[in-house]
Amino acid sequence: MTATAPPESLVDAPPVLDVRDLSVTFRTETGSVSAVDGVNLSLAPGEIVGIVGESGCGKSVTAMSLAGLLPRSARIDGSVRLQGQELVGARPSTLRAARGRDIAYIFQEPMSSLNPVLTVGRQVAEVLQVHERLSRREALERAVELLALVGIPSARERVKHYPHQLSGGMRQRVMIAMAVACSPKVLIADEPTTALDVTVQAGILDVLRDLRDRFGTSILVITHDLGVIADIADRVVVMYAGRIVERAGVQRLFDRPQHHYAAGLLSASPTPGRHAGTHRLQEIPGLVPVLEAQPDACTFADRCPAATARCSSAAPPLEPAPLAADVGDHPHEVACWHPRGDRPRPTVEEHA
Amino acid sequence: MSVDTALTQVPASAPAEASQGSRVLRRLRRNPLAVVSFCVLTVAVVVAVFAPLLAPYAPEQTDFANTLAPPGTPGHLLGTDDLGRDVLSRIILGSRASLQVAALAVFTALVIGVPLGLVAGYFRAADSVISRLTDLLLAFPFLILAVGFAAIRGASLGNAAVAIGIAQIPGVIRVVRSDALRLKSLDFVAAAVVDGASDLWVLRRHILPNATSVVLVQATVAIPAAILGEAVLSFLGLGIQPPSPSLGTMLANAQQFAARAPWAAVLPGLAIMILALAFNVFGDSLRDALDPKANRR
Amino acid sequence: MRGYLLRRAWQSLLTLVLATVVVFLGVRALPGDPALALAGEDRTPEALAAIRREYGLDQSLPVQFWRFLTNALQGDLGTSIRTGQPVSSMLRTALPVTLELSLLAIAIAVVLGVGAGVVAAVRRGRPAEWVANALALLGLSVPHFWLGLVAILYLSVATGLFPASGFVPVSESVAQNLHHLVLPAVILGTGLSAVIMRQTRSSMLDALSTDFVRTAEAKGLRPRAVIGRHALRNSLIVVVTIVGLQLGGLISGAVVTEQIFGLPGFGKLTIDAVFQRDYPVIQAVVLVTASSYIVINFAVDLLYSIIDPRVRVTGDAS
Repeated sequence: MTATAPPESLVDAPPVLDVRDLSVTFRTETGSVSAVDGVNLSLAPGEIVGIVGESGCGKSVTAMSLAGLLPRSARIDGSVRLQGQELVGARPSTLRAARGRDIAYIFQEPMSSLNPVLTVGRQVAEVLQVHERLSRREALERAVELLALVGIPSARERVKHYPHQLSGGMRQRVMIAMAVACSPKVLIADEPTTALDVTVQAGILDVLRDLRDRFGTSILVITHDLGVIADIADRVVVMYAGRIVERAGVQRLFDRPQHHYAAGLLSASPTPGRHAGTHRLQEIPGLVPVLEAQPDACTFADRCPAATARCSSAAPPLEPAPLAADVGDHPHEVACWHPRGDRPRPTVEEHA
Repeated sequence: MSVDTALTQVPASAPAEASQGSRVLRRLRRNPLAVVSFCVLTVAVVVAVFAPLLAPYAPEQTDFANTLAPPGTPGHLLGTDDLGRDVLSRIILGSRASLQVAALAVFTALVIGVPLGLVAGYFRAADSVISRLTDLLLAFPFLILAVGFAAIRGASLGNAAVAIGIAQIPGVIRVVRSDALRLKSLDFVAAAVVDGASDLWVLRRHILPNATSVVLVQATVAIPAAILGEAVLSFLGLGIQPPSPSLGTMLANAQQFAARAPWAAVLPGLAIMILALAFNVFGDSLRDALDPKANRR
Repeated sequence: MRGYLLRRAWQSLLTLVLATVVVFLGVRALPGDPALALAGEDRTPEALAAIRREYGLDQSLPVQFWRFLTNALQGDLGTSIRTGQPVSSMLRTALPVTLELSLLAIAIAVVLGVGAGVVAAVRRGRPAEWVANALALLGLSVPHFWLGLVAILYLSVATGLFPASGFVPVSESVAQNLHHLVLPAVILGTGLSAVIMRQTRSSMLDALSTDFVRTAEAKGLRPRAVIGRHALRNSLIVVVTIVGLQLGGLISGAVVTEQIFGLPGFGKLTIDAVFQRDYPVIQAVVLVTASSYIVINFAVDLLYSIIDPRVRVTGDAS
């Protein structure tokens, strides 16, 4: 037996964020609800990964669970390692030390996500006071620099403003400044541009890309907007009803979606390289199901054009896609009994 | 989409087939506090209705051989007061009076407050006028109002009830107004307006039925407040006049000999407290049961 | 900001004028002839006519109102029928007692109420919340004058720990003064704290589920900072309203407590005046109560604009 050297891609630096078998269930009045089921995910240094799916597919819950930001009614199982440190079941003080310093968040609604009664400078400075033990004056001074860094003009005046005095785009830049204040290794952006005008979106995505390029921050972008994915992500993960159904490099997924759900999402979306725009998810008939427990079946079967009896009797595992063409830089995996194979992605007419 | 909306969506869609009313009832039945308070209230109402039959003595009947008898005295389960009147009988009839005043007061507050609140919430033009009126009414606190009322019209059960009811109008107006404002902005109301429905029709058929739950909750808050209000007024001599039994006048009377017969001062107060507590607990349970956000963390 | 305050000031003034009219008419609607009451023993028609002339009772209502208004603005609120003293000087002795009692009670209520409300919201679903809720429900349901009676019975009469009644001005002895006020203030304060607690709890629950509190948590702030700086500060806006309403109501709401503890305050003045049909005093008391209520509400609006920066710019609290 001769040992062959492993391909380059496998000796890459260890992932900053490594999620194994993550499951989240919520206790409710009417029983428990499974929101995330067995998600595996890793984030390499400086990588931008997108998670895409419809409302209720579990992408936001996944994002929140990483740093333990879910309400008490949530039960998290599995493992989340941030630079090797386990966060699931970690002590509150450990989680607090990691939040804002190693793993930071940007939320969807920049209006409601900022405290209306504190100046934006104060809110940015707060992070530095906690994690870098800066005095209030030093922290405010740094806040000015940070606001300038994320492209807020006349930052020195802006720090004294309250959120309601800023535009939506400016508020989101403040959120970003707050998130990157301590140069976190991982930045989680939950629908960072959804609440913003189309023209403002591109600017925000530019800021995120710029941060990755300058500081090597790994970014996890949660969105239902494939335009955002096409614009910014290196890799994309498609989620449906709490499970990952497909993952691939962005270009790959846009060219050869394997899962019928991914194909449905893509059928009216832009191609990579085009800027994020008004493109939203193609309407797929039906709704994401609410599950008390994850069934041993493909959860998309009810809505799938290619479903067979097998789909309702066994859950397909996430496996390498059966493609003749080259896989590219990133592995292409799909959880489907009847993957689309080498067929190109459907057009609008074809899917409708 | 934020986690919060994700969470509220999940349970909201689960029992979709259950109607609002049956869901509220189911939630109430499952809450032991709601069940207990409801039982207490039922007993209290039954006792109040049949008070003259249930009371062992006539409330004004004196027994000079047995003045200031302690609880447990044969024939006087809860003792007697300075004139030998049976404390239990007086509490039973006093509670009846309390409930009468409370019912009349809250009825008054609702009859005047609900229409004003609806109009204020629905017609912008009327809003500022009614708001000033509410401000004005609020500027005269309950006791001043009741004092004035008693001074002008004389002290009596009915006048005390009306004075308490008037004092409760601003609270009713406020909750109904804000609910009407909320409902007005909803699609189904807008649709009715577009369809050419008259304002009166919209108010009666769409806004009022949907505002019922707020009105109900406000009523459960107002009733115990009215019970306490009646006690205060009667205690000060501005409500029910002696010798008619009222929990408030019993307390005022017992003040003179409280050191010798503490039961005469303690027991009527306890009765007031139990009545008010039962209403407050039931009101709370009702509010929780009606609250669609009850599942939030 | 300026526009908002000007509008609120105008509304307050309007309410104040309306309240004055209502007070004036209300007192005139009271049964009984004030001239008869003023006349005392000498009830000849001539004496009554003289009194009517002297007090302007023979003039038309608008003229009487104008006179009442101009006199009141100059601090002349008439003379008490019962004591013959100027009403304004009676108010000057009674008001400090009530104010001190009210402020003490409010202070106790805010500390207890906000504290318990925050604990109940933060410890949602745990025993601490249950206890706080139960105490608040009890506080809402207990008749406070009865609690006062029971306290006097068991804490003053039985043990002599506190004086059962009476009042000593601060100017004579601070310790004695507090000793007399502690019990009534605690009893009054616990009742008010129930309302504050429930309001604090519910607005804290709202605040704790907001996006910006989640942001604060995501920043890695300590619970103390998340709760105090972010959640509580936003909840205070509602709490301030409640406290303002309560303080306004206390000026007259302390009546029963004052009555029970024999405090020579505003409440006692009111009750005595009502029972003895001392119209000038009733009129003054109601006027002072209503105006203090309106003024306090205006002060609350001012406070809003300090707590909530949005009010300063947009001109309206959302």
